[in-house]
Amino acid sequence: MSNIRKAFENGKAFIPFITCGDPDLETTAAAVRAMAENGADLIELGIPFSDPTAEGPVIQGANIRALKGNVTTDKVFALVEELRKDVSVPMVFMTYANVVYSYGADRFMQRCAETGIDGIILPDLPFEEKEEFSEPAKKYGIDIISLIAPTSADRIAMIAKEAQGFIYVVSSLGVTGIRSEISTDLSEIVKVIRENTDIPCAVGFGISTPEQAKSMAAVSDGAIVGSAIIRLLEKHGKSAPEFIGDYVREMKEAVIG
Amino acid sequence: MTNSKGRFGVHGGQYIPETLMNAVIELEKAYEHYKNDTEFNKELTALLNEYAGRPSLLYYADKMTKDLGGAKIYLKREDLNHTGSHKINNVLGQALLAKKMGKTRLIAETGAGQHGVATATAAALLNMECVVFMGEEDTKRQALNVYRMKLLGAQVVPVTSGTATLKDAVSEAMREWTSRIDDTHYCLGSVMGPHPFPTIVRDFQAVISRESRAQILEAEGRLPDAVIACVGGGSNAIGSFYHYIPDKDVRLIGCEAAGRGIDTFETAATVNTGRLGIFHGMKSYFCQDEYGQIAPVYSISAGLDYPGIGPEHAHLHDIGRAEYVPVTDDEAVNAFEYLSRTEGIIPAIESAHAVAYAMKLAPTMDKDKIIVITISGRGDKDCAAIARYRGEEIYE
Repeated sequence: MSNIRKAFENGKAFIPFITCGDPDLETTAAAVRAMAENGADLIELGIPFSDPTAEGPVIQGANIRALKGNVTTDKVFALVEELRKDVSVPMVFMTYANVVYSYGADRFMQRCAETGIDGIILPDLPFEEKEEFSEPAKKYGIDIISLIAPTSADRIAMIAKEAQGFIYVVSSLGVTGIRSEISTDLSEIVKVIRENTDIPCAVGFGISTPEQAKSMAAVSDGAIVGSAIIRLLEKHGKSAPEFIGDYVREMKEAVIG
Repeated sequence: MTNSKGRFGVHGGQYIPETLMNAVIELEKAYEHYKNDTEFNKELTALLNEYAGRPSLLYYADKMTKDLGGAKIYLKREDLNHTGSHKINNVLGQALLAKKMGKTRLIAETGAGQHGVATATAAALLNMECVVFMGEEDTKRQALNVYRMKLLGAQVVPVTSGTATLKDAVSEAMREWTSRIDDTHYCLGSVMGPHPFPTIVRDFQAVISRESRAQILEAEGRLPDAVIACVGGGSNAIGSFYHYIPDKDVRLIGCEAAGRGIDTFETAATVNTGRLGIFHGMKSYFCQDEYGQIAPVYSISAGLDYPGIGPEHAHLHDIGRAEYVPVTDDEAVNAFEYLSRTEGIIPAIESAHAVAYAMKLAPTMDKDKIIVITISGRGDKDCAAIARYRGEEIYE
């Protein structure tokens, strides 16, 4: 069984995201520990990419800052290795296809397995193109996380049937970022997913407040938050981990309800 | 890759967010239907001929031929099209297709502004809303085109992310498309991005070689020895090459923007300096670092200032059917001035890259050989920038 399953064994899951190396890798390590200590069920680690086409301005900014600090894929693997000495919460990468492709998909998945990464989210890798990455991922026991969008319609069943780990349900059209309102009828999407698979699904894109997290988790198995955490890093810099810890605790309490 | 569509050898595919998948599937279905639809083709031909001014001339450059003293040189005059470049060929096709699909809004990226102007023009003609994304750096380099787009009723959005050039304009247009799909068609300007764009754009630009092949047979009774075009994403080049691909004796030469040289970091010569990667919806060659971070490329030409190349070009390179050669800023500026002086034709700085390579190649060929150069656009938009390059400040 996938290690990711454990993330959904403590009631509704809260899944925070952080871009590795924003503003530096030491801060990322401290923030990840703060997330784990305050109830994060699964942690998404972003490997920065120069041109993150699925991200809104907030996470774009985090990618740029991290790359300016010379963060590389190898340094991120080293960070994971270090974190795994004391952090047991399931962790997945979120990055772009070219980061993995350039590293070599086989070598990348092998390093994931060696360092303790459980899965990977690639927003520019749709169902039709996943084989090239899912074959090596399977070899090393890494889950490729599938995304389902408000526009997926007749594609939901097909994607859900082959999904691994958990399903990332995209709450809204557009890119990542804080939204005041989420209008998509997610219960209908989740219903079709549940008819086709028993793996959990969590909702992301646009969530920032405890109320939003609570209502998103109510129709699914968990809530994913990225931009709101990056905002804390923007605001507090190196002292952000403490604020991130408080935020994660508040959000976890909200999703459990 | 069992499910993957739109491959040219290993290149191409559809590396895009799930949010866009049904949109590109819908586009592919619509295109497959309309490309063989008599009524659609009749309307498109009427627009191309009566509005855009096709067919474009194949002009024998007598003075240039004599001056260089080698192969006979013909210029395929895409600069004479309405809006001043080859971009209109693709835009009229896509705008008409979008209209048939019930879309009311066109979005586009632009580098030099030629594709943006063409899209704004088609939108005005077909009563559609239009939003053009343009790197902030390019809005400065090509201020005249920004004004033209606004005049045509389009909204121009300056893009400040990344290097604030063409690559970032494409990223921003893609982001915009994921947020508004129902009424919006992304009118992509080059033979790049996810399937079906490289095929659709190629088919609409193939009119260039369909005409030039017939025109050269008419003028010379035989095919040319070389066809030369500039390559950024590669739309005018693929259009110029397409109908010659089966004619193995015709050399197909794409001229990449080498910027300050392929041995410097200030270059945009993708085939010559890049490697295989996945970006902007496609697998192809990209300028990138060892970790796959896309390189901040450079060229004097905003239209060629792109870190990738269309997947069909990457494939033509792999199989050795086409050659891709680097041309520097300096060579292109010299050619820009040379063609202006010699033939009284001011080419776009993009097209000047093709002229520059022809200037090197022609003298090495016999006088009975023939070269066709595609002049993809006119150079009015570049005059201020070239003047600056030569140290002269002019006010538009």
